[in-house]
Amino acid sequence: MSVLLDHLPELWQGLIVTFQLTAASFAGAAVLGALVCALRVSPVRVLRAIGTAYVESFQNLPLLVLLVLAFFGLPEIGVKAEPLVTAIVVIAVYEAAYVGEALRSGVNSVGKGQGEAARAIGLTFGQSLRHVVLPQALRTVVQPLGNIFIATTMNTALAAAVGVVDLTAAANRVNLVEAQPIPIFVGAGLAYALIAAAVGFATGRLERKLVILR
Amino acid sequence: MSVLFDEPGPKARRRIRVATVLGVLAAVALAVLAVRQFAANGQLDAARWQPYATWPMWRYLLTGLWSTFLAAIVSAALSMAFGLVLALGRLSHRRWIRLPAAAYVEVVRVVPALLLVYVVLFALPRYGLDLPLFWKLVVPLTASNAAAFAEIFRAGINSVERGQTEAGLAVGLTPLQTMRLVVLPQAARRVLPSIVSQSVGLLKDTSLGFVVSYGELLYSGKVLAAYNGLLIQTYLVVALVYLAVNVSLSKLARTLEARQPVTFRRRTARA
Repeated sequence: MSVLLDHLPELWQGLIVTFQLTAASFAGAAVLGALVCALRVSPVRVLRAIGTAYVESFQNLPLLVLLVLAFFGLPEIGVKAEPLVTAIVVIAVYEAAYVGEALRSGVNSVGKGQGEAARAIGLTFGQSLRHVVLPQALRTVVQPLGNIFIATTMNTALAAAVGVVDLTAAANRVNLVEAQPIPIFVGAGLAYALIAAAVGFATGRLERKLVILR
Repeated sequence: MSVLFDEPGPKARRRIRVATVLGVLAAVALAVLAVRQFAANGQLDAARWQPYATWPMWRYLLTGLWSTFLAAIVSAALSMAFGLVLALGRLSHRRWIRLPAAAYVEVVRVVPALLLVYVVLFALPRYGLDLPLFWKLVVPLTASNAAAFAEIFRAGINSVERGQTEAGLAVGLTPLQTMRLVVLPQAARRVLPSIVSQSVGLLKDTSLGFVVSYGELLYSGKVLAAYNGLLIQTYLVVALVYLAVNVSLSKLARTLEARQPVTFRRRTARA
C-alpha cells in the first residue's frame, strides 16, 4: 500500500491525464457524432453514404491502429501535433462513430407518427426536431451514451501504448521502479472501475429521472 | 420516409440536389487536400509504394494476419467457454458462486485490456510465471473478453421464456439437463449476432500484440516499417487489411441478425 502513497504524485498526474483524455475526447466525439448522425438520417443519399462510410470505417478499425497511424504515420506527411492533442483527436474521431450510431438509433426509436403529427400541426423542420423528436430521442440514448463514455475511459488507456503518460502508463512506470505489481496494478484497475461505477450511477439516475411512463 | 421527413416535394427535391452537389464537392475537396499533403511531402513517389506491389511484403503481412487470426480464434474459444461458466455462475442460486462471478464480470468489464496486458507482461514474471509471447497476448484478451461474453450469454439465457425451464423440470430433467438441453440451445441461437460482433471487437483487440511484440498484423507492420522506412504507407496498408477483414465479419453479424425473428431481436437487444 505504501508504494501507492510514495508515488502518489506520478499516479495522480496520470489520473489527471486520463481524465483530460476522456473528457476532451468524449466532448469531441459528441459533437462529431451528432454531425455523423445528422449525415446518416439526412434525406440526401450522398450525405447518408458519407456518414455510413465514416461509421463503417471507424467501427471496424482497431483504435490502436489509428493511434499508431496518427503518431508515426501522419508526421511523414507533415501533420504533427502534441502527443496529448493527437491522442484526443484520434480517440474523438474513433468514438464519434459509436456516438453517431447511438444517436441514430435514438432518432429511429421515435415513432413515425410523432414526426407526422408535428408536421401536420404546422411545425417547421427545426421546431419539430426541437420540440418533438429530440426530447424523445435523447431520453432513450442516455444509457447507451453512458456506456460509450465508459468505453472511452477504457480506450484512453491505449494512448499509453504510443507514449502518452496516462494512468496506465504511470502505473507501469511506477511498477518498473518499485517492482510491486499487485498494489500498483490493482490500484490503477480500481481507479478505472470507480470512474465507470460513477458514470454508471449518474446515467442510471439521469435515466430514471427522464423516463416517460406510457 | 422517416420520422424526420415526408416524401420530398419540388422545393425539397431541389434542396436535395444542391446538398448532393455540395456533399460531393466537400468529399472531393478532402481527398484533394489529402493527396496534396502526401505529394508535398514526397510520399506519393512510386518508389515509396512499389514495395506493396511485391509478393514478399504481402507474404510477411499475411503471415502477420494469420497470427492475428490464430490469437483471435484461440482467445475467442477460451473466453466463450470461460464466459459461459461466468454467466451460469451469475445465474446460480448459490450465493458463494453468484457473488464472485458477478464481481469478476463487473470489475473486469471496466478495466482497460492494456492494463491487463501490462499485468501479464510485467507483473506475472515477477511471480515466476513467464508465459510464451502468444499467451502473453491471449491470456489478457481472454480475461477481459470473458466478462463481455458472460454478459451476452446471461442476456441470452434470460431471454428464454421461463415456461421453457418449467417444462424441462416438469418432464423430470435435472436443472443442469434443463439448462443444457432446453435453455442453452435456444439462447445460443439468439445471441449469435452479438457473439459475432463481440468477436470483431476481440479481433480488434489483438492489435495489442503491438505492445506485447507478438508478431500479429500490427506488430508485423511495425517491424516492416522499421525495416523499409515507409511508415505511413505500411500503416495505411495494415489499416486497410484490418478494415477488409472486420467489415466482412460485421456484415456477417448483420446478416445473422436480419435472419432472426423480430421478437428475439428485441429481447436480446444488447445488454
